[in-house]
Amino acid sequence: MPQQTAWLVTVVLVVVLAAIFLRVIATASATADYEAIAKRATSWRPRLFWALAVLTVVALAFTLRRLPYPQGDGVTQVVQVTGTQWAWQLSRDTVAAGQPVEFQVTSADVNHGFGIYDPQLRLVTQVQAMPAYTNTLRYTFPEPGTYPILCLEYCGMIHHFMKTELVVQ
Amino acid sequence: MTPAGVSPIAAGGRRGVVTSLAVFLVVLLLMAVLGVVMRSVQGGDVPLAPKLFYEVMTAHGISLVGIAGLGGAAVMWYYLRRYVELSSAVLWFNVICFLLGAVLLLAAIFVGGFATGWTFLYPLPVHSNGQWGNGAAAMYLGGLLLIGVGFLVFYLDAGRAILGRYGLSRALGWPQLFGGSAEEPPPTTVVASTVVTIVNTLALLAGATILVLELFTALSPGFSMNPLLAKNLTYFFGHAFINASIYMSVVGLYEILARETGRPWKSSKPFLIAWNATLIMVVAVYPHHVLMDFVMPRWMLIMGQVLSYTSGFPVLLATAYGTLTIIHRSGIRWTLVSSLLVLSTFAWAAGVIPAILDATIVVNQVMHNTLWVPGHFHFYLVLGQIAMVLAFALDLTNGSAPAADTPRDRLAFWTYVVGGLGLSAVFLYSGHLGIPRRYAVYHPDWMPYARFGALFGLLAVVGMGWFALRFFRRIGIALRSA
Repeated sequence: MPQQTAWLVTVVLVVVLAAIFLRVIATASATADYEAIAKRATSWRPRLFWALAVLTVVALAFTLRRLPYPQGDGVTQVVQVTGTQWAWQLSRDTVAAGQPVEFQVTSADVNHGFGIYDPQLRLVTQVQAMPAYTNTLRYTFPEPGTYPILCLEYCGMIHHFMKTELVVQ
Repeated sequence: MTPAGVSPIAAGGRRGVVTSLAVFLVVLLLMAVLGVVMRSVQGGDVPLAPKLFYEVMTAHGISLVGIAGLGGAAVMWYYLRRYVELSSAVLWFNVICFLLGAVLLLAAIFVGGFATGWTFLYPLPVHSNGQWGNGAAAMYLGGLLLIGVGFLVFYLDAGRAILGRYGLSRALGWPQLFGGSAEEPPPTTVVASTVVTIVNTLALLAGATILVLELFTALSPGFSMNPLLAKNLTYFFGHAFINASIYMSVVGLYEILARETGRPWKSSKPFLIAWNATLIMVVAVYPHHVLMDFVMPRWMLIMGQVLSYTSGFPVLLATAYGTLTIIHRSGIRWTLVSSLLVLSTFAWAAGVIPAILDATIVVNQVMHNTLWVPGHFHFYLVLGQIAMVLAFALDLTNGSAPAADTPRDRLAFWTYVVGGLGLSAVFLYSGHLGIPRRYAVYHPDWMPYARFGALFGLLAVVGMGWFALRFFRRIGIALRSA
């Protein structure tokens, strides 16, 4: 899941960065000729730039391949979703597993966040619910179960209780 | 030392800078305590009605964004004043607008019950479903507008002074970058301040536009506007303003570390490229806040991700790399000031990592509006921007004869580091579990994380409280030596 990858990448890169800082800090109290240090730093900077540039291009190419924005037809299960302060209205509350579902999401009042969680309460997908616009979200539920739906955009006093469930058979 | 043609800083300016820092520290501590209270409420240890929780959340967010700007402005004004003629009266005008605006904001929140979160996302301010009235909304929006006017005048004065002495092209180092000029480039402070002045002038104009439009909707119920346009204006303003707060504060890092190491921090070509690139990227990158608004033009959303990735380059290759280079075997004396500055560089660069990941569209789909978001911004604000301003404040209280750090100072520093790191790590870990942000009431499974967050937050408050105490004890020195 992307969450685990993001957490792992963050921990590894932050630890590497911390190690570099600590290494430099450990010897910072010593003294050496700055001209030589600056010269060496200047020669390393372009290498670091190109390493970062290559890493960035690879990461972009990898992550931009599968965007969540809907394309094409062929979806037979459609759920119309309207957010209101502080409840979700779904045109149907049961869908089939293994087949794509299209959620057409809007709001009758303020901004809401349509967040679908799995039965273990892990966030699996989301889209904004906005007045005057309809955001189309597609998702294929891999397993049957009861999927909680929470509001993920702060919408007022009862925001935390704005929830419903979707049954996947 | 001031260059020829620039007068020394006057007493009014000194007092304006120190007053800004005093306001920064008082508000910082109060709002950090409220942050700990919120995490304790989420952990189930402190009872607080959801209505009051969301009011506290709104006050916490808007106050801390505000003082990030005010603290950063104090740092930038102090150092930029060494190179150009800035107006002390304008500095004071900004502080007074800030204080008056803050009174209106707090009254709107705690008397009027206004609680939209700091982002005042339209149409929530005028659609509270009975929680607050349009009068409270108008008071909040008006207070924020007043604060924005103060900042806008501040940047217009900075722009006037920079253009008068350097001109736009020279201030951004274009002759060195594009004309092959061998002339000495402008100081780092001038380059960074010029970028901030442009960025924040645009941001404040966008912010003023949305605030005025929302004021119309509050005062004239028949008036409405496009919620997607409102969202774009709000996030453009918010993103640019908070980033500019870091850029203003980093000026102190350049100046103080150069002095402490005895090594000049020059506006090298990579430095100039980095800041010119930042100028473009920080303005164009804001769509990463609306990645889950699928009706947005797709090219804008992809641009949001691409520019988020590249915006990490200047931070890493100019400021972080520059910091490591300048302190490497420099014989630097480790004091609270130098330690806070190096910590701030690390935290800025490290906090950018989860921020970039969050701007990845496929990651954002399962991280947006979870605690991952406060995770990354607490990382680079609590240990980054705030540490930069704290270092500047403590440096001013050192005067010409810095007092040696005591064991309590060192203990406070490490308490702050552990607190800030723990607070951010718990937020990030909770975000990767999918725990939503801005929830007054938690699912029982989520409560233990909030308790850990409260504990680490308390440690950070203790550390920052000690720094504030040290500042106020020696504020007389700051007033004389600033």
